[in-house]
Amino acid sequence: MSVNKDVFFPGRDFNYDFQSTGEPPMGWEEADRLPDELVPTHCCFCGVQCGMHLRVTDGQVTGVEPRDFPHNRGKLCPKGVVAYQQVNHPDRLTYPMIRRGGKGSRLERASWDEALDYVVARWREIQARHGRDAVAVYSGSSMTNEKCYLVGKFARVALGTRHVDYNGRLCMSSAAVAYARAFGIDRAPLPMTDIPLADCLLVVGSNVAECFPVMMQWLWRARDKGASLIVLDPRETATARTADLWLPVRPGTDIAVLNAMLRQIVHDGLVDEEYIQRRTVGWEAVREVVERYTPELAERISGVPAERIVAAARLYGRAPTSLVMHARGIEHSTHGVDNCLACINLALARGQVGKPGGGSMMLTGQGNGQGGREVGQKANQLPGYRHIDVPEDREYIARVWGIPVEEMPWEGAAATEMVGLMAKGEIKSCLVICSNLMVSLPDVEVVGRALSNLDPLVVIDFFMSETAEQADVVLPGSVWCEDEGTTTNLEGRVVKLNRAADPPGEARRDVDIIIDLARRLGRGEFFRYSSTRDIWDELRVATRGGVSDYYGISWEKIESQGGVFWPCPSEDHPGTPRLFTERFGHPDGRARFHPVEYTPPAEEPGGAYPLRLTTGRVVYHYLSGNQTRRLGFLRSQAPEPWVEIHPQVAERLGIADGERVRVRTPRGSMELRALVVPTIRPDTIFIPFHYGHEQAVNQLTNPAVEPTVKIPEYKVCAAAVERLDSPRGPTADGAVRHFTPESAPRMFPYDTGESRSEPERRAKTY
Amino acid sequence: MAVIKTMFVDPSRCIGCRACEAACRECDSHKGESMIMVDFIDRGLSTATQPTICMHCEDPVAPCAQVCPVMAILITPEGVVQMADPSRCIACRNCVYACPFGVPKMDLEGRLMKKCNLCYDRTSQGLQPWCAQACPTDALWYGSYEEFVAERRGRAVNLTLFGSQGVRTRIYHVLPEDRPALDLGLLERADLAATGMGREEPWVL
Repeated sequence: MSVNKDVFFPGRDFNYDFQSTGEPPMGWEEADRLPDELVPTHCCFCGVQCGMHLRVTDGQVTGVEPRDFPHNRGKLCPKGVVAYQQVNHPDRLTYPMIRRGGKGSRLERASWDEALDYVVARWREIQARHGRDAVAVYSGSSMTNEKCYLVGKFARVALGTRHVDYNGRLCMSSAAVAYARAFGIDRAPLPMTDIPLADCLLVVGSNVAECFPVMMQWLWRARDKGASLIVLDPRETATARTADLWLPVRPGTDIAVLNAMLRQIVHDGLVDEEYIQRRTVGWEAVREVVERYTPELAERISGVPAERIVAAARLYGRAPTSLVMHARGIEHSTHGVDNCLACINLALARGQVGKPGGGSMMLTGQGNGQGGREVGQKANQLPGYRHIDVPEDREYIARVWGIPVEEMPWEGAAATEMVGLMAKGEIKSCLVICSNLMVSLPDVEVVGRALSNLDPLVVIDFFMSETAEQADVVLPGSVWCEDEGTTTNLEGRVVKLNRAADPPGEARRDVDIIIDLARRLGRGEFFRYSSTRDIWDELRVATRGGVSDYYGISWEKIESQGGVFWPCPSEDHPGTPRLFTERFGHPDGRARFHPVEYTPPAEEPGGAYPLRLTTGRVVYHYLSGNQTRRLGFLRSQAPEPWVEIHPQVAERLGIADGERVRVRTPRGSMELRALVVPTIRPDTIFIPFHYGHEQAVNQLTNPAVEPTVKIPEYKVCAAAVERLDSPRGPTADGAVRHFTPESAPRMFPYDTGESRSEPERRAKTY
Repeated sequence: MAVIKTMFVDPSRCIGCRACEAACRECDSHKGESMIMVDFIDRGLSTATQPTICMHCEDPVAPCAQVCPVMAILITPEGVVQMADPSRCIACRNCVYACPFGVPKMDLEGRLMKKCNLCYDRTSQGLQPWCAQACPTDALWYGSYEEFVAERRGRAVNLTLFGSQGVRTRIYHVLPEDRPALDLGLLERADLAATGMGREEPWVL
């Protein structure tokens, strides 16, 4: 954690009180009673998906107990400990609401019939007048595979729209493409429990301690056995603090460092020639490209001292088993795919991928970030990693769903592209589930205007999110433990969530809401499920024979094995914890090297914007904070965002620690508290992203996207910090823009047919 | 002799996530209140943090209990120093002032001293204390000294000196190993040596 909560509560001495938060107790009235039962399940938050037991008393969730599951071994981070407090939270939405007076009127209580009939009538009207694609679905990955699958099917079968995408687009979609291109399969190739087998851990753009706390035990196990730790991060995070080497990289310049490391490895003769020859394709081109990246050039670009780059290369290159771990720090970038490929190049050159404890590992962030991108709620994808533009894949899924293949829509817009379509009026209505666009998308002011074009904006959520506040229809859904189902964690391990309670009031399970909508749209015959297990069984068949083959994963097998790793093609198959041990996913079984060059981020400091703004997580909050900002313990630790500024900069600007300051970028400005600390590069400032409205850092971030997967560049833009008493108003610009109207990635709709340019077409096949 | 399980506190691993505080608040005997504290050492310098729990002093045995005028603080046969017995505590705060580690807290409303009792309800059932159970990094670790030495790095010490006064505790602190873990020889490089190898690394702006 990077900030002490004392700064938010001046005058309060936390050493002399009991850390009680002044919040009403939730589910604690029965504290003296022993629970009737312990329901084994998993946490609803990040991609680690820690096992936990929920204490259930009289059908109410009243607490949590540890559960010794193979990858978390009973451990929980603070979010996991208090996750159960969402269930009976007073903020839960318990009845449907609609704006009867149209835009601008109040959200009023409605019956389910009124709300759903209104939505369906509007959708029918819109689709009749403007075509099927005028209604879109914007989904999320923090929900079970069953729900993600159902949402994809709902969009394509019930609505018949091509526009369905999900918030994973904003998360790790660049890493997904990189892995698919390099290895042929998009999944972290090894389980967390392998981490202690590594002799060197290279953590690139990931604050593991704060974002995946429970994973740290495996890093420390490796450290206990003598493994070294190298961290690439513009901040000295809790992860970097104890590293052997910290490479304080300027945001957006990671490729320079990674290529220079690879060059040094080549020069030191540490490349595994035999492995490269036997298992890979394309090494020569990479070797030629990295030769230009001397440590001195990398120092000039990235600000990391050349000596440290060399030392890192040697530490990494000499380790018999080495593991690269990377996350949003490099993935949230206009060259996110290349960043990940640079990491993969290192791992391949060292002959590490496919080895127990070695290789590269993407750390997927969302609870079901892995499963959510496999089961067909992505713009270009059908269940089982099938591609919506491949005729055989379309036919297979059409057969599973029982629809004529001609009815299967084609590829639609990515999540970041939908905003433009909404603004232009091509998308007239959108169903949002499991997403909070008004916090999570870059440049939220533009997003807000785009959403206000929708009529109706329909949101399914269990708390009133910043996006739900703008909705015309709000449908109260279920929290994770009010339904059962599976998720796939960041290792590719499929785990089972169990039901511990029923939704409160009139709230309904999310799957029931979606099925009901489908029925009212007249497509009920395609959504006949008597239980969630029916959806799972259909999903298994739909993924059968695909890249992510779930066919052999039964709920019973998950329970008895402590999770099952896909691919698991048959019922007697134990699953695949380690990928690529013999061959890679490409038809020739070989991995692909990809030469990558450093290109600057879309926007760089200059003129009136001399600093680099980067964003990130806080250990107490999850994604847009819609859940965690409501839980007393978590909120009291980090109730509002702050900006981390290096003392050198603060001194120059006359800013004191704890003072409120204004941060400006070419897109907007916000006021927040300054945290003056030496644990960040002087040319960089950091703001956590979990907050809404005027506290949302995404008022400031750059909406520029990566050309192939359209992931936004949250991690770097030009910014300025100023005292509140400095004059406001228009100032000179001067930010350096590398994206021009000509060079910026083209957005949906593309020119008709297949006239998209090559990189976009390549991305499409993943 | 039975294996003595105790706590090992390793500040170098602490990431300041306060999962221990959140978990402590889940205890049935003090729901919503944490008996463990996590502090930044000096946020103006570093992100380093440290958890503090009751150290369960063995020699001298429990200063808090020694100064208690009404014998409200009891010590179990295993040497676990308990929270003040509510029926005896007179809220005099002697224990608060006597504790060398600043652990006992006074509940002003309840007129009662409260502190960590090493999750006596859990540990007596063979479970781990909630904080160590939850701690994602094993900065708080529960087990025997022998297990610790076999599995972990760092030096476990249970003697704290306050001037000339030493306090031996049931709980161990873990200190970093004396030797730097990184072989600095790796940094040597002939062609850079001439151009300022060993210079103090400035922020390259």
